[in-house]
Amino acid sequence: MKFWFGKLTWASLPHEWFTIGGALSMVLAGLGIFVYLTYTKKWKWLWQEWLTSTDPKKIGIMYFVVAALMLVRGGLDAGMIWLQQSLASGSGGYLTADHFQQIFTAHGTIMIFFVTTGFLFGLMNYILPLQIGARDVAFPLLNTLSFWLYAAGALFINLFFFFGGEFAATGWLAMPPLSELEFSPGVGVDYWIWSLQISGLGSLLSGVNLLVTILKMRAPGMTLMKMPMFVWTCLGSLLLVVSTFPILTMTLLMLSLDRAFGMHFFTSNLGGNPMLYVNLIWSWGHPEVYILMLPAFGIYSEIVATFSRRRLFGYGSLVADALLISGLSMLVWLHHFFTMGAGANVNAFFGIMTGLIAIPTGVQIFNWLATLYKGDPRFTSAMHWFFGFVFTFTLGGMAGVMLGIPGLDFQLHNSLFLVAHFHTMVIGGALFGIFAAITYWFPKVTGFLLNEKWGKRAFWLWIAGFLVSFTPLYILGLMGVTRRLDHYDASRGWQGLFMVAGLGFIIICVAVCAQIWQIIVSIKERKQNQDQSGDPWDGRTLEWSTSSPPPVYNFAVIPEIKNRDAFWDMKVSGQVDKLVSGQANKQYEDIVMPKNTAVGIYISAFLFLVGFAFVWHIVWLGAVGFVGAVTCVIFRSFDHHTEFTIKSEDVAKMESRGLKEIWQLKQ
Amino acid sequence: MTEIFHQHQQENSFLGFWLYLMTDLIMFAALFASYIVLKNNNFNSPGGEELFNLSLVLFSTIVLLTSSFTCGLAGLYVEKRNVRATSFWLLLTLILGSFFLFLGYKELNNLVLEGYSWQTNAFLSAFFSLIILHGLHIAAGILWITVSFFQLRSFGLSDFVASKLRRLFLFWHFLDVVWIFIFTIVYLYAHI
Ligand code: HEM
Ligand SMILES: [Cu+2]
Repeated sequence: MKFWFGKLTWASLPHEWFTIGGALSMVLAGLGIFVYLTYTKKWKWLWQEWLTSTDPKKIGIMYFVVAALMLVRGGLDAGMIWLQQSLASGSGGYLTADHFQQIFTAHGTIMIFFVTTGFLFGLMNYILPLQIGARDVAFPLLNTLSFWLYAAGALFINLFFFFGGEFAATGWLAMPPLSELEFSPGVGVDYWIWSLQISGLGSLLSGVNLLVTILKMRAPGMTLMKMPMFVWTCLGSLLLVVSTFPILTMTLLMLSLDRAFGMHFFTSNLGGNPMLYVNLIWSWGHPEVYILMLPAFGIYSEIVATFSRRRLFGYGSLVADALLISGLSMLVWLHHFFTMGAGANVNAFFGIMTGLIAIPTGVQIFNWLATLYKGDPRFTSAMHWFFGFVFTFTLGGMAGVMLGIPGLDFQLHNSLFLVAHFHTMVIGGALFGIFAAITYWFPKVTGFLLNEKWGKRAFWLWIAGFLVSFTPLYILGLMGVTRRLDHYDASRGWQGLFMVAGLGFIIICVAVCAQIWQIIVSIKERKQNQDQSGDPWDGRTLEWSTSSPPPVYNFAVIPEIKNRDAFWDMKVSGQVDKLVSGQANKQYEDIVMPKNTAVGIYISAFLFLVGFAFVWHIVWLGAVGFVGAVTCVIFRSFDHHTEFTIKSEDVAKMESRGLKEIWQLKQ
Repeated sequence: MTEIFHQHQQENSFLGFWLYLMTDLIMFAALFASYIVLKNNNFNSPGGEELFNLSLVLFSTIVLLTSSFTCGLAGLYVEKRNVRATSFWLLLTLILGSFFLFLGYKELNNLVLEGYSWQTNAFLSAFFSLIILHGLHIAAGILWITVSFFQLRSFGLSDFVASKLRRLFLFWHFLDVVWIFIFTIVYLYAHI
């Protein structure tokens, strides 16, 4: 038995209310989907059109689906955390301390790794190739593999509902020695490690893939300094991915070696050094926050330029900012543990570096404002998100600068002030950016616009909910409330503010409902909101020059780039009209595209098994998973018929349909 | 069309693979840093200067460097599209690589027989991890060479195979470089 099942026993199966609830709801959802697909006979369609697709546009959409599901999952955690903290004044609340700890660990991990990261990689998949005038990413197979590793990681983090019944109770970065076997003997930390290891590998591979895409696949004429700003900030972000995710991988590996093989990297005995872990994890962790933030900066740049109908003010300095931020963000990690006693000089150095990073960040904001000032701004809902971002981000940035002053940080470290800071940054910065991006690029993906009225309502609800939720946390933090409290003394008088924060949470829930409603309304009214031109906003960059949604091959004829804001340039110089009208007798070439492949799914499934085997110490399963994954790679390396050709006649047929519509519209 | 597509793809693959190697290098760097931090935490057990057998390590270093040389020769013959010579030098590389692995195994095994393992203390955890991680990379390289023989047999030295081989050579030389770091930071450092 031990051989076959390792540490798994009957007792590992769900038997508490939250594991039964979680497992049951997932089983029911799975069953529902299964029945639906079988009933409508859509399995084949799903498999061929979506799951095995190598089209980065489809992969991007799949990222969005998974990330949205995980947002709901992480949001449920947030609600439970808030309810506990509102109730637990002078009592134990409704959760045990241990369960509460598991919830905030899962919440943080999911929101960073599976929500924000998922949305951003989805966006990069969809938009990057279009913006650089490419038909695909550099390595299509690797791209599906990255997505499936991410999806496998997302599933893995929920697996504890079924097997084991506990997640890590250590906080989202699982600091040792708490996360070592001695103090966390259960499987929770192992689930944490392996879900990150699996999805982190996906991020790393995506990083390599998209970097090569940007560096090698740009349309002819698009020099680096002619790239759209979003591409630049993604480049900065991806450079950080490839230079810091390996550190995360190695650090997690060392922790798992401690736990699985009795090594002593970070243990509190036999010479282990927990502070080593803290340094390593933050030298990934701080860059990670900018990995999430930089693409959002790019989104805002695109939106501001488009809706001001003006070239970005200070493009060169924005490029420099993106690169400076990437560079500097690798030199500030120690500000996360000023209090650990590295000494005054070290703290001073990292304090100064932290202050410095605020400069390029601030310069960007002035660039955007100058673009608006010189342009002719339209206040669409995408712009609302931008203004919301400027407001919250400035707030959170100032809080960050306060935390970056070592003397002050001794007071504020690990208080709710810190929690308020980073939520301001991640929600008001990265998440608002994602929402802005959704509004902005939605018509490109679907061919119709999102309802503006509901978009603006959702925005106002979000910003109100956000402020009501997190302003109290700043105050509570200054009152000395530490983070991660599962209960507190009634005489402290904190409960009122916690309840206000809870009210904010409810407003945010309403805001999310408004967003969902926005999508429903827009789908209902899609006829009225249709955009056949492919360019609803009078856009500036290449993605707007294709039809909406773009054909599989993105561009029938790869455009020649002469200027920054390539599409705007074509419109101004009258090239677009020529393109559209002359297209009918234009000579197309054959287009080579990658075939679908399921190899990514298989490899991810095998690595999923490896993770499971590590959690439960099932040696044979680990061997099966490992050999399986390697075999897949080897088999694939013999296959050199991995692409197919779309004949030029077929391209012409597909194009004439779409282009005629555009042409009629222009008349 | 397809040829141009493939040519681009091979160029991309080379850059992509090189980037992957850089990420691998950073992974090793994190482990090296940990080793340096932990290397004096031997906790009453003997440290590196007593445990390491320099002459054995020097021998395995020479074996690995030689394999890099034979690997380089195989690379020359790939460019000349000479299947037989390529296979011959690849085979030699494979043998030398396996021999290197065997020597590494002996070294670690000797330590275990003397009663020291990765569980003994933090210093040995880092040491064993570093050597084993490098060894696993070598093992992956050996597997890759083996697969290459089959590819050479099925497809000859087509552009497709040649581009894969170029990446293999890059990988092998990279492992050599990492080993030089290990030799310096782990073994030499312990003796000065
Ligand atoms: C002006 C720029 C920023 C400065 C000066 C800054 C400064 C700081 C400092 C000093 C801390 C550590 C405080 C402590 O633990 O006592 C911190 C924590 C944090 N910051 Fe920022 N930050 C900045 C921007 C950002 C951005 C853009 C994000 C995210 C998108 C972010 C996310 C975080 C997170 C997640 C933590 C805490 C994580 C944890 O302890 O669990 N920060 N920041
Ligand atoms: Cu930081």
